[in-house]
Amino acid sequence: MSLSRAKVRKPSWLSGGFDLRSVLLEGRAFFALIVILVVFSVLSPNYLTVSNLLVMSQHVALYAILAIGMLYVVLNGGIDLSVGSTVGLSGVIAGFLLQGVDLPGDVRAFPSVWVTVVCVMAVGALVGLVNGVLVSRYKVAPFVATLGILYAARGAALLIAKGATYPNLQGFSEFANTGFNRVGFDKILGLPTGVIVMVVLAAVASVVLNKTAFGRWLYASGGNERAAELSGIPVKKVKVRVYVFSGLCASIAGVILTSELTSANPTSGETYELTAIAAVVIGGASLMGGSGNIRGTLLGAFVIGFLADGLIIVGVSEYWQMVFKGVVIVLAVVLNTIQYSPRRRARTDRPAGGEPTMQDSKTLVATSER
Amino acid sequence: MTDDKALILEAHDIEKRYGGTRALKGVNFGVARGKVTTLLGENGAGKSTLMKILAGIEKPTAGSLRLDGHVLELESPVHAMDLGICIIHQELSLCPNLSVRDNVFMGREVLRSGGLVDYGAERRVVRELMERLKEHISPDTLVGDLHLGRQQIVEIARALSLDARVLIMDEPTSALSASEVEVLFGVIEDLTAAGVSIVYISHHLEEALRVSNNVVVLRDGEVVDRAEAADVDLPWIVSRMVGRSFDLGKPPAREGFGRAALTIDNVSVRDSSNPERLSVDGLSLEVRAGEIVCLYGLMGAGRTELLEALAGRTPLASGRTLLEGQDIKGLSIAERIRRGLALVPEDRQRDGLVQSMTVGQNMSLSSLASFVKGLLINRSAERDRIAQGIREVRVKTTSASAPIGSLSGGNQQKVVIGKMLLADPKVLLLDQPSRGIDIGAKTEVFHLLAELAKQSLAIVYSTSEVAECLGVANRVVVMSKGKIAAEFDAADATKEQIMVASGEEAVSQATGEGLR
Repeated sequence: MSLSRAKVRKPSWLSGGFDLRSVLLEGRAFFALIVILVVFSVLSPNYLTVSNLLVMSQHVALYAILAIGMLYVVLNGGIDLSVGSTVGLSGVIAGFLLQGVDLPGDVRAFPSVWVTVVCVMAVGALVGLVNGVLVSRYKVAPFVATLGILYAARGAALLIAKGATYPNLQGFSEFANTGFNRVGFDKILGLPTGVIVMVVLAAVASVVLNKTAFGRWLYASGGNERAAELSGIPVKKVKVRVYVFSGLCASIAGVILTSELTSANPTSGETYELTAIAAVVIGGASLMGGSGNIRGTLLGAFVIGFLADGLIIVGVSEYWQMVFKGVVIVLAVVLNTIQYSPRRRARTDRPAGGEPTMQDSKTLVATSER
Repeated sequence: MTDDKALILEAHDIEKRYGGTRALKGVNFGVARGKVTTLLGENGAGKSTLMKILAGIEKPTAGSLRLDGHVLELESPVHAMDLGICIIHQELSLCPNLSVRDNVFMGREVLRSGGLVDYGAERRVVRELMERLKEHISPDTLVGDLHLGRQQIVEIARALSLDARVLIMDEPTSALSASEVEVLFGVIEDLTAAGVSIVYISHHLEEALRVSNNVVVLRDGEVVDRAEAADVDLPWIVSRMVGRSFDLGKPPAREGFGRAALTIDNVSVRDSSNPERLSVDGLSLEVRAGEIVCLYGLMGAGRTELLEALAGRTPLASGRTLLEGQDIKGLSIAERIRRGLALVPEDRQRDGLVQSMTVGQNMSLSSLASFVKGLLINRSAERDRIAQGIREVRVKTTSASAPIGSLSGGNQQKVVIGKMLLADPKVLLLDQPSRGIDIGAKTEVFHLLAELAKQSLAIVYSTSEVAECLGVANRVVVMSKGKIAAEFDAADATKEQIMVASGEEAVSQATGEGLR
């Protein structure tokens, strides 16, 4: 026992051993990203240019924002399939509001851009709340609950938009609601706002995970819900909040996407949930819950985004793109299994019936092997 | 030993090592043909290990098995089953979502020539088996719809359908009600009459004596004595089981305790798997600040159910619990911890620890809210408290940032205790705190409890090892079938008294030992 050396775990990116195998495993997303950058910059001179990197980062930002929300859900041992639909629904709500809302008494209200954004985020949080209540209170399996909401939210988006797209969301200068197109499209210090939102969101999410009680509760309830509950952690509250956060992230992504396109298509965001899950998994999070971090998830989003755009740039057919994406995801899951399973098995395996375990028997060894 | 013809299955000089620990130290054991041979012993005596070797689940490190006088080496449980040796586990191995018929034939379905399952034939066989067992269970009933006792009958039917000649029953009565036990004993009688040999393991000494023909007592991996059941009585068994394995010394002096910290008033808890049964049945108990109460009882006596209900994990069926005079009805686990009622659960892997976290993170889990400053955790305050906790409960770890899995079982247990202590409890409940930890760590844990009580903490711990009742606790409460069977002042209780009391009330009266 050495109390002087006793210390709390550092933020995940500062800790880690020097075991080569674990470095390779833990850094797999990072190495994959380097391989992708090298391969495509060799294949195409246009790949590693500032303008292309900015365009790609803009794509990545959407995935990453969704993936950050997804990471929270996955850390909790759940999954959120509804985020793609929430993206679509958010866009439609934004379009609906910006077109002007008819109020009783022949009045047509034109909410300002900021009011619109806040409303859209509220809708995203509400969708997440429904997911969270279904999962934590009514004990619906996360897969099923969020699958149901996937359909419901998409249907709602199509109903509101009557199946059509809201075009021209620049707003009307006479009603002082212009500027929505700039929310996700503007550049600040040369960076698209989407990328900046991603960076800010990632920083906040990381601080919450690593430095707040909520973050610790999330890791604990994902790692062992029964133990967390018996330790006095409000596991249900944690669960609900995680889905609310995911819904919120999805609506933010929806706003950015809609703004970039200056039009709101009710079918946008389809299959984005799978991309987000893939980013989280490539980033090394365990789908069993309890382990994973923001750094990995961001890397995962970059791997997926840079790979997809690279394949387009070098002219690989759309069908092959899908095959490549699939292979990368499966590979990531296989590596995850290698990373998580042997350790877990070793820790939980012990002889039954109150016999001392191998670890327990250290002192007995000393006495019985005289 | 008796002559070879009388023994169907024999174990010679069986030795089993787990790492450096010798769970069995050269055991000779014979199963009498057509008789019930009962294996008795305390937890950790090696009963389960011996059974697993007989059933082919584990291989002995040394020694040999003989079936009908022929040496055999069991490759697997399936191999043992092919030879007619079947085991019925403590926890049943049935699929509740399948019918009785499907369960009986699981893995070896009767097929028609076309490759389809011949349900009619299977049904017929199950009906015959149930007739033989004098049980009216339809082959098409879902196993999940049956009570535990009848599920056990299904297990037995499965064993019979395999032409079991040796049937090993590991604690078959622990989850059964009294009437279900009667049914089981009737079945056992019929089976032995039909020539099936039975190996029976139980903690319920009185029950075991009733059903068995031969008794073998195991202690610390060795057979200490064997006899015909007719020739022995409870005191004989108890004196051989207890030995002098583990002694904590003299019980602490009864000093003036504080006011009532925990009052349990006529509390009942429903059995989660069998709602008709009460696992805790109208139990009342008062624990004062500074007092240590030991809750002794056999498996299924209701200790865990009581402690979990107190902690807020499961609801009470009736009755009330007061924490320092205040009713804690309806409070969540978190609120109870905040008010000073903490539970150290029985299964630390499943309920106590988060394996993906470090020693320190596990330690501060229950008290995290007290380190939060503004929005963020105050790391240095947390670090200090963790270091203090590690020091107080004497966790041996290289650092607080070591993974929790790198610690020995005893030290992991100390982390779970330390976690609850950091939450500043007034009442500490510990469910089998010595489970799966070595003797050295055990002693340390119990000495720690004594120290904590001096700081006027009220402590309740449960155990199923009688040696752990004496030496630490001020009071020993013996539970049996959800009720308090006896209560002893630790100063004048003996191991024999406690063990006898834990059996059945009838026994305690018959033996006339000084109960309440």
